[in-house]
Amino acid sequence: TNRRENKMMRALHRLSRPLLRTTTRASSAASSAAVPAAASAGRLVLVSRKAMSSSAEVSEAQRNVVVHGGLKDADRIFTNLYGDGSPWIDGAIKRGDWHRTKDLIGMGRDWIIEEIKASGLRGRGGAGFPTGLKWSFMPKVSDGRPQYLVVNADESEPGTCKDREIMRKDPHKLIEGCLVAGFAMGAHAAYIYIRGEFTYEAECLERAVAEAYKKGMLGKNAAGSGWDMDVYVHRGAGAYICGEETGLIESLEGKPGKPRLKPPFPANVGLYGCPSTVNNVETIAVAPTILRRGASWFSSFGRKGNHGTKLFCISGHINNPITVEEEMSIPMKDLIERHAGGVRGGWDNLLAVIPGGSSVPNLTKEVCDTVLMDFDALREVTSGLGTAGLFVFDKSADMIKGIQRLSYFYKHESCGQCTPCREGTTWLWKVMKRMELGDAKVEEIDMLEELTRQIEGHTICALGDAAAWPVQGLIRNFRPQMEERIAQYKLSQQQQQQKQGTHADQAYN
Amino acid sequence: YFDFTIENYERVNNILNRYPGNYKQAAIIPLLDLAQRQCGGWVPLAAMDKIAKIVEQPPMAVYEVCTFYTMFNRTKVGKYFIQLCGTTPCMICGSEEIKQTIEEHLQIKEGETTPDGLFTLREVECLGSCANAPMIQLNDDYYECLSKESTIALLEACKKGTPPEMGKWGSLPMNGQVSCEGPLGKTSLFEEPPGPGKFMRSDEELVAKINPADVKVQMGYQYDEG
Repeated sequence: TNRRENKMMRALHRLSRPLLRTTTRASSAASSAAVPAAASAGRLVLVSRKAMSSSAEVSEAQRNVVVHGGLKDADRIFTNLYGDGSPWIDGAIKRGDWHRTKDLIGMGRDWIIEEIKASGLRGRGGAGFPTGLKWSFMPKVSDGRPQYLVVNADESEPGTCKDREIMRKDPHKLIEGCLVAGFAMGAHAAYIYIRGEFTYEAECLERAVAEAYKKGMLGKNAAGSGWDMDVYVHRGAGAYICGEETGLIESLEGKPGKPRLKPPFPANVGLYGCPSTVNNVETIAVAPTILRRGASWFSSFGRKGNHGTKLFCISGHINNPITVEEEMSIPMKDLIERHAGGVRGGWDNLLAVIPGGSSVPNLTKEVCDTVLMDFDALREVTSGLGTAGLFVFDKSADMIKGIQRLSYFYKHESCGQCTPCREGTTWLWKVMKRMELGDAKVEEIDMLEELTRQIEGHTICALGDAAAWPVQGLIRNFRPQMEERIAQYKLSQQQQQQKQGTHADQAYN
Repeated sequence: YFDFTIENYERVNNILNRYPGNYKQAAIIPLLDLAQRQCGGWVPLAAMDKIAKIVEQPPMAVYEVCTFYTMFNRTKVGKYFIQLCGTTPCMICGSEEIKQTIEEHLQIKEGETTPDGLFTLREVECLGSCANAPMIQLNDDYYECLSKESTIALLEACKKGTPPEMGKWGSLPMNGQVSCEGPLGKTSLFEEPPGPGKFMRSDEELVAKINPADVKVQMGYQYDEG
């Protein structure tokens, strides 16, 4: 029944794939005076039509579909991504950071939160929670406890390398973001938790913070705004689980980074028992630019509900592994071919892509042909955008081995608090190790899937889900390969026994 | 017996000042890192006990932290501590070949130290440098975009005592790249970045509504000057 179910699911996916059509947009170099001109007018479009049915409603829908991608340099937020300028405060000011921060803060907390809500910014750290909404959870009036902003710079998700680029090439975007976001949520202190392995990036941040203090951008009356702000850099010591919201808070408090149960949420009881919000580096770093250029500018990119630009980290079997800032909802094929030099050996040599860091299920080539890179489109194909760290497998790759190594990663990084994760990740890895060889029975594939369903959703934090999803993706998309490997192993065992001249294979069956 | 040097005590005080006075425990991780650097790459038990006294916590609190996090070494490591990233994005780009190269060249297995105490090899999890795979972290430095030949060249340079200097951005891609732009070069950001105030929203939209200094009072914040 599982196989029939899978076939049905695959057919349903094929039907629901987005339909693309040519649309030409009249180039609008001069837009209305009220809104700052969006520089990427007249966007590049692809020509592709999938003929599904000739009903009038479908063609009407097709005519209104717009293709995203081809972000212009003038619309990029992280303009020093490849390091052409100086990362320090003089270079930052030349690039437009710290410009009229006082006026932005003077607009008030509610205005800032409304602007971020209107821009459609969603958390860039993996979960994609609407940022404006998250900031609005912080208490407006203090009950005696101070409030904190915590920045999550613990970039440990396999496939992700974007926050380190922000921190070593453009740290002042993050620091200004801390001030603006901290003010919006009523926090006088921000802690940047950076992973221990990023020693150079931590040094960069310390130096940038010191520069900001010296220039009066932080400390009492930060940037002349009237709000006091302190920023502290705290280095971690090598634990993926400290990237989880409450795990990070526990680690900042000086304990092993074991996540807490939620509720209570960090906005009620967070760092040191005080209301705090944990946000990713990229989310905080884009906030001042959104406020300066306008929420409508930011929401002009990407589809509804998936607005803005994103740093994509593309790695694996491609010709040009790169970190690049692009518009949300760009087709995956466009992203890989335009920026990453295309798949090794051509697009048809593609086997699978894991689109959002290792914690999301993989996607096969037929899905990758047409899927868009945003939160909703990837969720529709049972994957996720996560941190937008893509890794690309070509036909030479052993998917089962890749997923086995990921299972080992989760086993290693599990904090050990709750049984489903601690025992489950170990068990998953052991079975995956045997699956890599083929030393298993075909029924064990179903058992493996059942195991992942027992881990998913039954753990204190999302590491359990993150460990379960890659294996589910493997079984969903590569089950024939797994069965083939089992059959091959059995065959090779039989041949070996025949060579040895024993008749034990009868007992084996 | 362990104690911080006079110079390091200054750093200890800096660290303790970052956290609220009644949450000294938060300083355990930075202090352990400082102790590890002072002892040349590992943390002896005496250091853990000393830190427990400084932060006024029972020693078990420090032991828990030290055993939980992977970067704290509780046994001695070689002068060059090679941490090789082995997670899937690096693995599919050839990190296993690099591991084999290192093992053959240094004649040690993963987890061991060379007899002359120069190198220790350990395979660790994702180091956050996936677009520059495969790569290793040597003590504090990232050597990225490795190949078999450049790995051997790196090891030989270390044996002579002169590992290659870090590049402009704090890491060294061994294939000539500058940082994350890829071997074929960057595909965006060819124009000059817009200067301050370009594309800024119009002044009518930015008329100040409140005085931020009042917000603190409105919130009823009891702000501790300490």
